[in-house]
Amino acid sequence: MSDAVASGLDRAQVVDLYGWLCLARAAEERLELLQKQGHVSGSIYRSLGQEAGAVGAAYALRRRADGTGDFLAQTVRACGALFLFGGSLEDFFRQYTARGTSPTKGREANVHWEDYEKGFVGPVSPLGTMLEVMAGITLSFRLRGEDRVGMVFYGDGASSTGAWHEGLNFAAVQRCPLILMVEHNQWAFSTPTHKNTRVSSFTEKAPGYGIGAESVDGTDVLAVYEAVSRAAERARAGGGAQMVELRYFRRRGHAQHDPQDYVDPAVIAEWEKKDPLDQYRARLIREGWAAPGELDRSWDEAVEACRRAAEVAVSEPAPHGPDAVHDVYTDVILPRPWTRAFTPDPRNPLPDLP
Amino acid sequence: MSSAAPEHVTRTRRQEPVTFLEAISEALFEEMERDPAVFLMGEDIGVYGGAFKVTRDFLDHFGSQRVIDTPIAEGGFTGAAAGAAHMGLRPVVEMQFMDFISPAYDVLTNYIATSLYRGAGPMPLVVRGPVGGGNRGGPFHSQNVEMAFFHTPGLKIVYPSTAYDAKGLLKASIRDDNPVIFEEHKGLYRAPALREVLPDEDYVVPLGKARIAREGTDVTVVTYGSMVHKSTEAAKTLAEADGVSVEVIDLRTLLPLDEAAIVDSVKKTGRILVVHEDTRTGGIAGEISIRVNERAFEWLDAPILRVTAIDAPVPYSGSLEDYFLPQSADVVTALRYLAAY
Repeated sequence: MSDAVASGLDRAQVVDLYGWLCLARAAEERLELLQKQGHVSGSIYRSLGQEAGAVGAAYALRRRADGTGDFLAQTVRACGALFLFGGSLEDFFRQYTARGTSPTKGREANVHWEDYEKGFVGPVSPLGTMLEVMAGITLSFRLRGEDRVGMVFYGDGASSTGAWHEGLNFAAVQRCPLILMVEHNQWAFSTPTHKNTRVSSFTEKAPGYGIGAESVDGTDVLAVYEAVSRAAERARAGGGAQMVELRYFRRRGHAQHDPQDYVDPAVIAEWEKKDPLDQYRARLIREGWAAPGELDRSWDEAVEACRRAAEVAVSEPAPHGPDAVHDVYTDVILPRPWTRAFTPDPRNPLPDLP
Repeated sequence: MSSAAPEHVTRTRRQEPVTFLEAISEALFEEMERDPAVFLMGEDIGVYGGAFKVTRDFLDHFGSQRVIDTPIAEGGFTGAAAGAAHMGLRPVVEMQFMDFISPAYDVLTNYIATSLYRGAGPMPLVVRGPVGGGNRGGPFHSQNVEMAFFHTPGLKIVYPSTAYDAKGLLKASIRDDNPVIFEEHKGLYRAPALREVLPDEDYVVPLGKARIAREGTDVTVVTYGSMVHKSTEAAKTLAEADGVSVEVIDLRTLLPLDEAAIVDSVKKTGRILVVHEDTRTGGIAGEISIRVNERAFEWLDAPILRVTAIDAPVPYSGSLEDYFLPQSADVVTALRYLAAY
């Protein structure tokens, strides 16, 4: 077994990376099972074929649990990055299955949750917003002189929004230490990239913002790791906002309800040959960094961890309906529906004012 | 940095009268002095001091880290304010004119207003700026924006009518952990009649509490902003010419609405008129009317009426705008109708 260093990583780290790739895929496969069993309230979104983009990028940042590390804004197709930043498998399954114990108490779905100590903030469904929000988060790093960078993921479709432009431009102008990861997976739901933009690579947009950019094979976890390491170094050194484009392909529909029959199956088959897990596994074995048995164990451990975490999540209670009135404001208690509270007084149907 | 405090934010310290605008400047200045987490973002607020000069000389005093001139992108910098708020800062965002808040509607309603509920934490930020007509500003420099946001749970909406309230409410808004939209009627900014000597102390006016601007017993007017003054004028006319006693309630905060203050007054007078400068359909009069219906129907002696702007964009020409806006005479007419009902 070689101790050769790849991309500045040691042998333990390159094997560790494979484990994180396995975890992202195993978690989503477990989700599919949970959905078939009726445990998932909403949709599920696969990142099949995109795992290396999320994992390689997050691996390049400083992940700490005490509120001093780098910061992530994940997307549904970047759960691998979320796990690396300390988002737990249990919480992941609690979110999808809308448990009362989920980080959002069942009020929000999937990867839409945050932990500011661990350093991640979940997205909202309108696209582009998180570029604005992460511009502000990384602005706060700069204003306070903190040695931290932020990373925001967005699919190629989000680049058409005004928020994407306004957030990126703000971050560029304010020299915010922000890395934009463009998940160029070639589809925005059923809309191909060429109907969202006239450029073939999103790095062509970067000069318009005066920011650094590079494009990388998003199926190659080490290539992603290296590209993001360089981007983070530039951002940390005061170089301001950076863009890294991940080139890969969305091999499943937008969500599980989308059979993706608008995509040529031959193209999907081509991209299956570039599967990020298969490619990386073959390389680890070929270059002598790991034996097949060790990598098999990584996969088995990931599957088992997901099975156990999902079991915990589904055993937990759904939220209590009347709790829906809490936390709209920090200091205002909402009135409950009067038809559920008491028997109306015919002269004054509402109870006394609080 | 940290040059001497600008002269126009220290009048209260010298116990000189301040305008409505200076009261707002003082509130911002004192909050920034008190809490290093408070900072400002907006268009032309630094070097230029803001379109209305609310933040004149702030840049020299606080520096460019705390007085940030932004790109012209209201959605972008409001979203950035949200990110800064996540990290424990307390941004105060200026809309050069509140008419331009619409590009930030998405981030305010979808992101900021839902943050606490989604578990993403409190949102201690204020979006403030000039609103209102009467200055011949035309359709895009005259709007009132409250009802675009009134329907969004999670937001607070504040709309002061006096210098005292402007200062105290803005301080309370900056200290509030919820997102606040703070509307400043530009017709009040430099109105000589509104100049007053404020207490030389650190006071706040709590959000969510209306005030009785004028006590009365026969008819209630519920209003806010510049219409408090037109309504009070009308109330004086009724007292002198008709012997009718009109109570004027100044809402001060529109969301959350001080329902108790409205209902208490209606139970006393049995008659209510809602007056707002905002346009008619979907105006706050509708919400107030249903609340009175729910809580004080049996106390009413007359129909609930309203005096508002007409349902049109704000026109530029003076003759058109004067017709568009509710005037004191309209309030007098409505009050006489109600008093005689």
